[in-house]
Amino acid sequence: MDPLMRRAIITGLLGGAAVIHIGLIGMIDAFQSRDTIADVLTLGALLPILIALLIGWRSGGPMRAPHIIPTGRRAVALGALGGGTTGLVITALALFTTTIDVRWILSNASPSLAEELWYGQGAALGSVLVIVVSAAAGAAGAALHVIPGTIARALTVGGITAILVALMEPFVVAVLRNIGLRFLEGIFYAQGGLTLIGFVLVFAITAAGTYAWATRGRETKQRVAAMPPDRRRTGKLVVYFVLTAFLLVLPQIVGSRLSEVVGTVGLYILLGLGLNIVVGFAGLLDLGYVAFYAVGAYTTAVLTSAASPAFSPELPFFGALPFVIVAAMLIGLMVGTPVLRLRGDYLAIVTLGFGEIARILFLSAWAQPLVGGAQGILSVPPPIPFGRDPQSIYYPILFFCILAAVAARSLQGSRVGRAWNAMREDESVAEATGINTVTYKLLAFGLGAAFGCISGALFATKIGTVFPVSFDLLVSINALALIILGGMGNIAGVIVGALVLVGLPELLREFSEFRLLIYGMVLVTMMLLRPEGLLPSRSRRAELHEREDAEDQYEDEAGEETGQPVVTT
Amino acid sequence: MTRTDTPAAGAQPLLELTDLHVYYGNIEALKGVSLTVGRGEVVTLIGSNGAGKSTTLRAISGTHKPRSGTIKFEGREIQHLPAHEVVTFGIAHSPEGRKVFSRMTVFENLQMGAFSRREKIDDDITRVFDLFPRLRERRSQKAGTMSGGEQQMLAMGRALMAHPTILLLDEPSMGLSPILTEQIFKIIAEINEQGTTVLLVEQNALMALHAAHRGYVIQTGKILLADTAANLAANEQVRQAYLGEI
Ligand SMILES: Nc1ncnc2c1ncn2[C@@H]1O[C@H](COP(=O)(O)OP(=O)(O)OP(=O)(O)O)[C@@H](O)[C@H]1O
Ligand SMILES: [Mg+2]
Repeated sequence: MDPLMRRAIITGLLGGAAVIHIGLIGMIDAFQSRDTIADVLTLGALLPILIALLIGWRSGGPMRAPHIIPTGRRAVALGALGGGTTGLVITALALFTTTIDVRWILSNASPSLAEELWYGQGAALGSVLVIVVSAAAGAAGAALHVIPGTIARALTVGGITAILVALMEPFVVAVLRNIGLRFLEGIFYAQGGLTLIGFVLVFAITAAGTYAWATRGRETKQRVAAMPPDRRRTGKLVVYFVLTAFLLVLPQIVGSRLSEVVGTVGLYILLGLGLNIVVGFAGLLDLGYVAFYAVGAYTTAVLTSAASPAFSPELPFFGALPFVIVAAMLIGLMVGTPVLRLRGDYLAIVTLGFGEIARILFLSAWAQPLVGGAQGILSVPPPIPFGRDPQSIYYPILFFCILAAVAARSLQGSRVGRAWNAMREDESVAEATGINTVTYKLLAFGLGAAFGCISGALFATKIGTVFPVSFDLLVSINALALIILGGMGNIAGVIVGALVLVGLPELLREFSEFRLLIYGMVLVTMMLLRPEGLLPSRSRRAELHEREDAEDQYEDEAGEETGQPVVTT
Repeated sequence: MTRTDTPAAGAQPLLELTDLHVYYGNIEALKGVSLTVGRGEVVTLIGSNGAGKSTTLRAISGTHKPRSGTIKFEGREIQHLPAHEVVTFGIAHSPEGRKVFSRMTVFENLQMGAFSRREKIDDDITRVFDLFPRLRERRSQKAGTMSGGEQQMLAMGRALMAHPTILLLDEPSMGLSPILTEQIFKIIAEINEQGTTVLLVEQNALMALHAAHRGYVIQTGKILLADTAANLAANEQVRQAYLGEI
């Protein structure tokens, strides 16, 4: 058989398997009650269509081995074939659940699932409808390869944004109310989803914006680059000013519920920026970073809380902070010194151990008189003059995030940054060019520790209590994952990584038991599509895309302005 | 054209190795090596694979510590100093196998070479670019994407950026075409004429002896012969073992 057709059918079957999976775990049923477009499309109905679309996109795309690129009608037909195959499987699933009752083992394989898959139209018409709709979605997915790239991208971005705006209804509505645009709520939203008009508007606006940026963006950038330096500086200042003003009023705009999320994201940005110094800049794989977070939180709790078991000077938060930072840097050196000679995997394992040691120490009977063991330390006061409510604790977090970002940024371009760079590449050559690798490694550990502990300190005062359970391995893994996801070594990447990795699950809370499934899917997809992270640093990107167009490397890289364009030959 | 213009002998040598023993774990790689390099000389160290040539250079630059013996540079013992301090004395090491920082650009590599000095480096960059015009053309290219010969030039250029009194070169001609090898040796002579002392490790004994004033032959961790380059080149034993003659 023709390899392309074979691929389309196999991909289609895989898509069918995906629908069976989400159907049988109850996701379609659960999402049936959630409107994406009011009265038109529920989220439950949207999922199989989206899957068919993706299948079509895969089926109509270029093939690697043998190397064939289907074009025009053929690509669209292949997409329809893939999507149609998925539709067939969906029909089969629906028929199966209506004829054989297996609910005693698969509780979601019920006739109601079939009804949902058939759009409530009964077996005959429903089956036809599912296959036609899936094939059409597949064709549409494949068509994205056929139409010009800028348009395809605009449509994709528009579609994704519209769906997200629909799903984020509670948050968007809150924001609209806070900024006095309440009247828009009635136009855009109904029954927990977008109205048809709202959906079309959101889609059209974002698609048009994306298209404009794709066609004019480069020109605009060039114009900015051609401006005289003093005007460019003014422009930059204006941008910074607007950004700062925006960040300052953000809690008022988004309201209390979202401010809480933003605060958590901020704590992870701090963690990420600190760990990025150790891992991204100095190349030391530290899996025990949570230790610093814990030390920061506990030192703060002991120094500020009236309920601290043994020793309680009851310092104000900002009075305690210097001690916290010194403590963490000392711990950083303590951890750093014994592992100086270790590299790569060995370093990772040993630091992993350190992280666990920290947690177990705080939990231990031995340290209980000081830190309260499993009971933890209660009533950590808020950072006066700020309160503990999400909208005001936001400000100290913001302050330290900006401080950390600026510090990391200036370190990156400095002599120290260059030394770390060299050390990461080849330690013995770095040593031979005059870099005292011991000093620079300890500096990385110490600075990373300082950032991590400030994050921990803010965490303690934000939550108001400190328990050992808050400091498990997952914190280290999340911090590492967010810098990998965002783009190792890049500061803007850390921020984006934290937003996606920490912000997303918070926003998905509504989807309760499916939250982690969706989250995992998003992560896997992103790492497959962009292994170098969302906003990679220049060198990592080059490494992972070595064979791609050299021209790509000329493109503007967010947050990178150290070097000249790279030429690959 | 073996060089005969040996710089003033008799004075205190710039670099003096005495009875150096170096180990890798239990393996004794250097078994009592002694050699001297005078100021302004080009001295070559030749020998077959695994003889201990690279090890000797690593011991001098401090990247691998000797177990016993002394290394004196300008009269001071330096064998106990860490590598990053040795370089500040004026000893620059261009290691075996083109160890450039491959993810950095050519320019950034050169910048790293001057890490031990805190003064302005513009003149030194110009000097390196004058010696290796090819590097000037490729200053913004990622070092890892350059050809082997270009990387070798970069490794040498980076070592020169440290403003060394003595340059330790480990097999600069490895893997290069005959034309490029000849070019590299010309550049070595040029560097020497500009006042830098050179200790040159080579497999290519013929070229090395042409370029050097004096030479040492090392075999399984011991110095076998020491003589002027001309005498070594004429030596029957050397000719058989290292110059590929029967
Ligand atoms: N890192 C190391 N660990 C263990 N043994 C080593 C190491 N480096 C070198 N050796 C051993 O020390 C001896 C001398 O090695 P060295 O690299 O100095 O040889 P060389 O003269 O430079 O050889 P070549 O011409 O092949 O580069 C060899 O027997 C080698 O196997
Ligand atoms: Mg060698």
